[in-house]
Amino acid sequence: MPDGHVVPGGHVMPGGHVVPDGHVVLDAGRRLPVIRPGAPARHCLHVVRPGALTTVQDAGRPGLAHLGVGRAGALDAPAARLANRLVGNPPDAAVLETTLTGCAVRPDRPVVAVVGGAGCRVTVDGRPVAWGAPVRVPAGAVLDAGPAGTGLRSYLAFAGGLVPDPVLGSRSADLLSGLGPAPLTEGVELPLGEAVSGGPLPAAGPVPWPGAPAELVLPVHPGPRDDWFTGAALRTLLTAAYRVSPHSNRIGLRTEGPALERSRTDELPSEGTVLGAIQVPPDGRPVVFLNDRPTTGGYPVIGVVPERALAAAAQAVPGTRLRFVRA
Amino acid sequence: MSGTGGPGSPGGPGESRVLPAGPHALLVELPDGEHAEAFHAELLRRRERGELPAVRDIVPAARTVLLDGIAERTPGSRARDRLARELASWRVEPLRREDREAVEVPVIYDGPDLDEVARLWGVGADEVAALHSRTAFRVAFCGFAPGFGYLTGLPERLHVPRRTTPRTRVRAGAVALAGPYTGVYPRPSPGGWQLVGRMPDPEVLWDPGRDPAALLVPGTPVRFVPVEAGAAAALPAPRAGDIRADM
Repeated sequence: MPDGHVVPGGHVMPGGHVVPDGHVVLDAGRRLPVIRPGAPARHCLHVVRPGALTTVQDAGRPGLAHLGVGRAGALDAPAARLANRLVGNPPDAAVLETTLTGCAVRPDRPVVAVVGGAGCRVTVDGRPVAWGAPVRVPAGAVLDAGPAGTGLRSYLAFAGGLVPDPVLGSRSADLLSGLGPAPLTEGVELPLGEAVSGGPLPAAGPVPWPGAPAELVLPVHPGPRDDWFTGAALRTLLTAAYRVSPHSNRIGLRTEGPALERSRTDELPSEGTVLGAIQVPPDGRPVVFLNDRPTTGGYPVIGVVPERALAAAAQAVPGTRLRFVRA
Repeated sequence: MSGTGGPGSPGGPGESRVLPAGPHALLVELPDGEHAEAFHAELLRRRERGELPAVRDIVPAARTVLLDGIAERTPGSRARDRLARELASWRVEPLRREDREAVEVPVIYDGPDLDEVARLWGVGADEVAALHSRTAFRVAFCGFAPGFGYLTGLPERLHVPRRTTPRTRVRAGAVALAGPYTGVYPRPSPGGWQLVGRMPDPEVLWDPGRDPAALLVPGTPVRFVPVEAGAAAALPAPRAGDIRADM
């Protein structure tokens, strides 16, 4: 490990080094806590049932695309932020993101938790508890977020947050680059941050959890490479009925529907991509880039879906009707 | 909003374009890689001097530079359009290649494609190391994997095609050529480039505990320094053609 100390944001500066308990030792031997929710971690969550794909996510790693590092982070960012708010965490604390089949975990200390995002049955040691609102999970009890009834991805937030070691300032798993904690597997222990108080449960009140879309409507800003397609292709994109493909993942929302025809067939040299870019691979079916996208790509991007519209895309189950409309 | 003229276009107007990439990003397309590198350097200079509005990411690539996250907390695309007009009026200084000390990358030139590259270059296998290590490289951009840099600098007559069949696994530290680029694999991965050598200590290429995490950041001058396999201390020499990968 190089000399350096971690400062908020994850930068390493000359003059100190990090020790395993998450503290920082400056050259003079003075110890400083790393500023993060609940550090240092003394408790953990045991993974009882990892589900199909459950990952640790926070606000991700913006600003590193020039090094080939993508954003990652919670796909339904508003849901992750709301779940954090309801347990009294900062909005960018690390949470669990499930995929379709939920997950179950057992904390080794009492913890206030919220399961939000995709709607599902929530139990503590088998007894039904509230979805979308704070619940108390006793030490050693199993919190189970069941399969999604509506939507695709549930978010589990815990007071104090999850505190696995950050990589480049973030605890998010990036499935394309392999950065961050690996997807959950049975028996794994995840460090749990310290909660601030043992006071009353945070009031949930009426909470604006958006439902899963019956039809996904994604606004499109044409460009940068709309001129690589025929005029008919852009009209097709903006009028045809698509469906969300089962091959969708955290890298991209893949689609089923009419192929978009290119007006030029030469190779596009790799260029930077943005979150929400609609890339068209050789099969002509548009792919909407999500958080684990590659930072550069060699297929033309016909248009861009603005970031605020992508939370709904994160909750669209395979087979959902999909329309692209001009932004 | 395609520009007619524009950034980095001493070669004449009409060759550079500023393209929208959503409400908060611009893709600047330059005539070629050289202009893209010069434009990227100009962006970094202006950002350093505080003359650039807030932009989250500046991502150079083969012949484009992406500016992403322009006034991203403000709704609408007005800031993007204002910046697009400004970029189109820039005069960009030509690239200065040697204004920084080069990062030196030690290489054992014993890659499994050394003979093939020698054949394509029309030289003896022993001359590949000399030609490659005499070249002044520069990191044009990163991509493919965290810390993988696309290095330019080889003259056109030394450009080689990718392998017809990509390897399923290339070892960390492999030094590879394809098209105008040289790259060093920061970790084991599939790869279709021609392998001419290996770096004895590839872990310095990518270290998330360091800032910056990548050794080969865009704009960095690079030189490859030939070392003997024996001189690379305790490393086991790979068998000829060994692509079994990382240690």
